[in-house]
Amino acid sequence: MIKTESLKFSYDGKKYFNFPDINLDSGENLLIIGNSGIGKTTLLHLLAGILKPGSGSISISGLDISKFSDTELDKFRGDNIGIVFQKPHFISSLTINENLKLAQYLSPSKISGDAKKILESLNIKDKYQQKPNQLSEGEKQRASIALALINYPSLILADEPTSSLDDFNCNNVIKLLKKQAKDHKAQLIVITHDARLKKHFKNNLNL
Amino acid sequence: MNIFKLSVKNLFYRPLSSLLSLLLLALGVSMISLLMLINSVVQDQMNNNLKGIDMVVGAKGSPLQLILSSVYHVDSPTGNISLMEARSIEKNPMVGNSVPLLYGDNYEGFRIVGTNKKFIELYNLSIENGSFWDNEFEVVVGKKIATKLNLKVGDTFVTSHGLRETGEAHTDTPFTVVGITNFSNSVADQLILTSAESVWGVHGDHTHDDEEHGHDDDKEITAMLIKFNSPMNVIKFPRYINENTNLQSAVPSYEISRLFKLFGFGIETINLLAYLIIIVSGISIFITLFNSMKERKYDMALIRTLGGSRLQLSSMLVYEALVLTISGFILGIILSRLGLAFISSLMESSFNYSLNSYGILNNEFWLLAISIFIGLIACLIPSIQVYKMDISKTLSNE
Repeated sequence: MIKTESLKFSYDGKKYFNFPDINLDSGENLLIIGNSGIGKTTLLHLLAGILKPGSGSISISGLDISKFSDTELDKFRGDNIGIVFQKPHFISSLTINENLKLAQYLSPSKISGDAKKILESLNIKDKYQQKPNQLSEGEKQRASIALALINYPSLILADEPTSSLDDFNCNNVIKLLKKQAKDHKAQLIVITHDARLKKHFKNNLNL
Repeated sequence: MNIFKLSVKNLFYRPLSSLLSLLLLALGVSMISLLMLINSVVQDQMNNNLKGIDMVVGAKGSPLQLILSSVYHVDSPTGNISLMEARSIEKNPMVGNSVPLLYGDNYEGFRIVGTNKKFIELYNLSIENGSFWDNEFEVVVGKKIATKLNLKVGDTFVTSHGLRETGEAHTDTPFTVVGITNFSNSVADQLILTSAESVWGVHGDHTHDDEEHGHDDDKEITAMLIKFNSPMNVIKFPRYINENTNLQSAVPSYEISRLFKLFGFGIETINLLAYLIIIVSGISIFITLFNSMKERKYDMALIRTLGGSRLQLSSMLVYEALVLTISGFILGIILSRLGLAFISSLMESSFNYSLNSYGILNNEFWLLAISIFIGLIACLIPSIQVYKMDISKTLSNE
């Protein structure tokens, strides 16, 4: 269950972003759509606890994370939120498996999934022992989904996951995200300017 | 997987820059530690060999040469002095103990020293196997020589003239090994000891069938080691000898401190250079970490989004710096021991001297502390920057 109320944020104290309220029941997904420069990434960072709101509240699973300290936010993020970035990020010195192991280490209180099983469900089990730079772009994206899912987050945030993909792959990725979210009992929020995704979501929010 | 393992993996991911920092630190540490080792070994050996010797009397020449030849047995002697004159000094009331030394021959490059039983007392020698000499042409062999040349009690050998192996051989007067000393950690380990009479015997005054005593007029010895009755005499007596006799006196402690002063400048310079290298290695670690921060900013932002705290991120860089400095230190310590073994083998072949001391010196703990300090300084700025990193800004810059 995710709920935001009169969320405001400003980088410089002059220009304020005002975000519409979000009210998402558990088990529901959401597509947030909007053009560049409108504060999409800012909203994603607020929901992920990477940024703290200027005013308003963000409640995830009944906890108001806008009141959390930095350390509490780090812990909360590690335990409850998985982020899929537009461009997949990994610890480049570690293999895919070690990346997943590190994610488990950084969120020790959480019972986490089996790395091999997740990679298998994403069809990249054979990339287990490889370094991120040995993977193709498509494999990297799937591996980054594995990284977001390994700790069974309650919320998956995806930032422009399809913007650089053709229609065929766009469909595949969004289906994969939805399926993985469902399998891991997580809610999915996709933030994008990609209008192709509208047909995949019941709940749309225009920024 | 944990932060420490991650740091190590990160270092291996940039092998060349890690190696450069590591080698620089190892080089600096090994230079300093080698100097410390040599200093401690040489001073130990020098002081150990100086015990009980207040003054050395020998022929005129360089006082340092006299000390080096008759106390440390490395240089050539300054010449010989007459036994008569030596006896007169021995009788002086200021002299407490005196040990005559007589050179002439060597065996396989090891010096044969003609002396008397006081030499044994002076160096506190004990016999491992056999006994001390009783008769002419019997020798006691230092432990190190016995091991190296595989000499046993009962073996005989022929000496060659002079102090080098290439001298003419004295085939008609073979020596017999009657004893092997215990390891004494002094110069006596690398000497072959015999009676003065044996050395005179080899060199042709086979006249002892007449009278044993009162025949000393033309006999010579090389030097005499002297211990005074009172330490005060070290001020007066050497000057008295230099001014009133044909002999030369030299005070070992004075000559050795003069020698160290001569070396001191060079040692200081190398030491300074080594500290400079350690500082450069610190700068290299700093540059490596600082540059890698730019390359790794997404990695670091990812660690934060995965739940890593600011402190964990900073500690990753601190570990990286510490792993580099501590392993550089260990490598440096190993290198310095290899260096010492190399120098020791060089000294062994040219002076029959070896330096064996591979334990950790107290000063090396200071060196470790300095290395760690340099590592911490090097990672200070990068880890503070990482601590303050704005992950939102980093992530939206993609």
